[in-house]
Amino acid sequence: MKRFSVAHPLLVIGALVIALLPFQMSGYHTGLGAHVAIFFIAILGLNILTGYTGQISIGHGAFMAIGGYTTAVMSHYHHTNLILTLPLAFAIAFCFGVLVGIPALRFSGVYLALATFALAVSVPQFTLKFSSFLGGSNGLQTSTTKSNAWIYGVSWSCAAILYLVAWLVLRGRTGRAFRAIRDSEVAAAASGVTLPIYKTLAFGISAAFAGVAGSLFVIATNGFAQPNEFAVFLSLTLLIGAAVAGLGSLWGILVGAVFVALLPTVSADVPLIGSSHGQDVVFGLIVIVIMLLLPTGFAGLLYRLRSLPGIRTPVEKEAGG
Amino acid sequence: MEAVRRLNYRERRANRIGTGVSPAVVIALVAAAIFLLVGSLLSPIFAQQTVAGLAQGAVFASLALALVLIYRATEVINFAQGEMAMATTYFAYQLTLWHVSYWWAFFLTLIIAFFFGAIVQVAIIRPVQRSVIAVVIVTVGMFVLIDGLVTWKWGADLKFMPAPFGNTVYHVGSVAFARQDIGTLVVTIISVVLLWVLFKFTKLGLAMRAAALRPASAALVGVRVNRMLAIGWGLAAVLGAVAGLMTEPTVFLQPTMMQAVLLYAFAAAVLGGLESPAGAVIGGLALGVFLNLVGQYVGFATSELRLPIAFAVLLIVLLVKPHGLFGSKQVRRV
Repeated sequence: MKRFSVAHPLLVIGALVIALLPFQMSGYHTGLGAHVAIFFIAILGLNILTGYTGQISIGHGAFMAIGGYTTAVMSHYHHTNLILTLPLAFAIAFCFGVLVGIPALRFSGVYLALATFALAVSVPQFTLKFSSFLGGSNGLQTSTTKSNAWIYGVSWSCAAILYLVAWLVLRGRTGRAFRAIRDSEVAAAASGVTLPIYKTLAFGISAAFAGVAGSLFVIATNGFAQPNEFAVFLSLTLLIGAAVAGLGSLWGILVGAVFVALLPTVSADVPLIGSSHGQDVVFGLIVIVIMLLLPTGFAGLLYRLRSLPGIRTPVEKEAGG
Repeated sequence: MEAVRRLNYRERRANRIGTGVSPAVVIALVAAAIFLLVGSLLSPIFAQQTVAGLAQGAVFASLALALVLIYRATEVINFAQGEMAMATTYFAYQLTLWHVSYWWAFFLTLIIAFFFGAIVQVAIIRPVQRSVIAVVIVTVGMFVLIDGLVTWKWGADLKFMPAPFGNTVYHVGSVAFARQDIGTLVVTIISVVLLWVLFKFTKLGLAMRAAALRPASAALVGVRVNRMLAIGWGLAAVLGAVAGLMTEPTVFLQPTMMQAVLLYAFAAAVLGGLESPAGAVIGGLALGVFLNLVGQYVGFATSELRLPIAFAVLLIVLLVKPHGLFGSKQVRRV
C-alpha cells in the first residue's frame, strides 16, 4: 500500500490539469467537476477512518448533512460569507465526530457500522422535525448562490488543503497510531497508543472532512440544504466511492470520487432502457461488476500493476489493510 | 438424529445460541411482558396499540431474521434484503394480475423467492465472498439495481393487491382488533416456527448450521458448504418475501415500500444480537410494540422521529450490551 506523498511529479501534473480544466469546460461540466472535488474530500475523510484506522462507518452522509446545514443556517440567518462557513462546518462536524467516536469505543466491526448507519438515517429526520428552523423537506437556502466556476475553484482548493492536512496528520506519530489501531487494537494499546484519544480523533477528523464536503455540497446544489439530498443513499454512495477507491491511495480516491460523482449522470445518458430508471439499473450493475472485477478497489489494482515485473516504481509494503 | 443432538450440544458449548442470554435480560423481558399485559387489561387503547405493534413488529422480525440468517453464515449484512423482498412482492402482484388467487400467489411467490435468493448468492455473491466489504458493496449495488429494474418494469406509482385478510375488525369487550394485524402476526409466527423446525430437527438444517458454525470442519465431514450458503440465502429471501407480502396491505405496493422496514429490521437484528435468531424475533416484536406505544403516549415523538427513536433505543442497548440483548461476548485470541 502506498503512503500519502505530496511531492511527486504526477501530483503536480494532476493539479495543473485540474486547475486548467475549467477553461475548457462548459458551466455544467464545471459543476460536475466541483462534485468530484466534493466527493474527493468526503472519501478522503472516510479513508482516514476506515482505511487507516480500521473503523467502519456507513454514516458519513450524516456528517455531510451537519456540515451542509451549518453553511445553510449561517448563511440564511446570519448572512455569513460562504467561505467563512467552511471552517465552521469543519469545526462543528469535528465535534460531532468526536461525540460519535465516544460510543464507538465500545462497539466494533459490524455493530459500529450499523450504529453509524443509525446516525445516517436519523440526522435527515431531525431536519423534518425542526422544520421551522431547518426548512423541512423544502430545504433551507443560503442567502447567496455562486457560479459553477467559483464553486469549482473553492472545492478543489479545499480538496488540496485538506489533502495536505491528511498528509500531515497521517505521516507522523498520529498516522502510526491510527495504523496500529487498524492492524490490532490490543497490540496498539500494549505499545502505548491511547485508544480512546486516537479513535475519537480519527472519527473527528474524518467527520470534519465530511462536514466540509457537505458544506460545499450545499453550495453546489444552488445553496439548498435538503433532507432528501442527505438521505441514507448519500452515505452508501460514499461507501461505494471508498470501496472503488480502495485503501490508502490518492489516485484510488480520485477514481472513487470521479466514479460516484459522474456515474449517476453518465448512466442516465445510456440509451439502453431509455427512461430515468435506466440510471439506477446501470449504476447498480456497474457497481456490482466493478466489485466482481476489483474486490480491493482501484488502489488494489494499482498495487498489482506496480508489482508487475518491468515497472520500477518502488513499492512501499505495509502490513495489513 | 444422533448427529443433530451432538451438534446442538456443541452449539451450546460454543455459546452461540440460546444460552448466551443473561438473567438481567430475561428479567427485563418478563417485566416488559407483564407491563404490556397489565396495561392491555387496564386500557383498551393500550391493548389495541400493543396488538398493532406486535403485528408491525412481526414484519420487522421476519426481515430481521432474514438478515441474521445471512449474517450468521457469512458475517455479511445484506443491504439488498429489503429490496429483494420488495421485488418478490411485485412477483406476487404480477401473479394476482394473472388471476391467481391471493394465497396461491403467496405460496408460489415463496417458492420463486427461494430460487431468487439462491441464484443471487451463486451468481453475484459467491464470486466476491472472500472479502466482506466487497460483498457489502455488491449488496448496495443490488439495492440500486433492483430498485431500478422494478421501477422500470412496474412503475413507481402505488399498486394495490387484493387484501389477504379483509378489513374485518374483531371486538373483544371494548377492544377492537384488526383482522389484518392478527393475520400478519399468525403468518409470521408460522413461518418463523417452520424455519426453526427446519434448522433444529432436520438433516438439512443440521448441515446448514454446521456450514455456518465451522465451514472448514463441515466441509471435511462432507457438508456441501457452498450449497448450504445458497440455500441459506434462499431461505432468507423467503422470509423477506413473507415480510414484503405482509407489509403490502399497510403501505401498498411501491418500490420504496421496504426501505423503512429494512431500517427497522436492522435495528431489530442488532437489538437482539446479530448472531441470534431468537434475538431477532424478540427484537423485532419489542421494537414494533415500543414504537407504537411511544407514538401513542409521548407527544414529542411525532412520526418524523420514529426512526431516530428506534435507533436511539438501539444505541442505548448497545452501550449496555455491545453485542445485543442475546449476543454473547466474543473472546478473541490476540
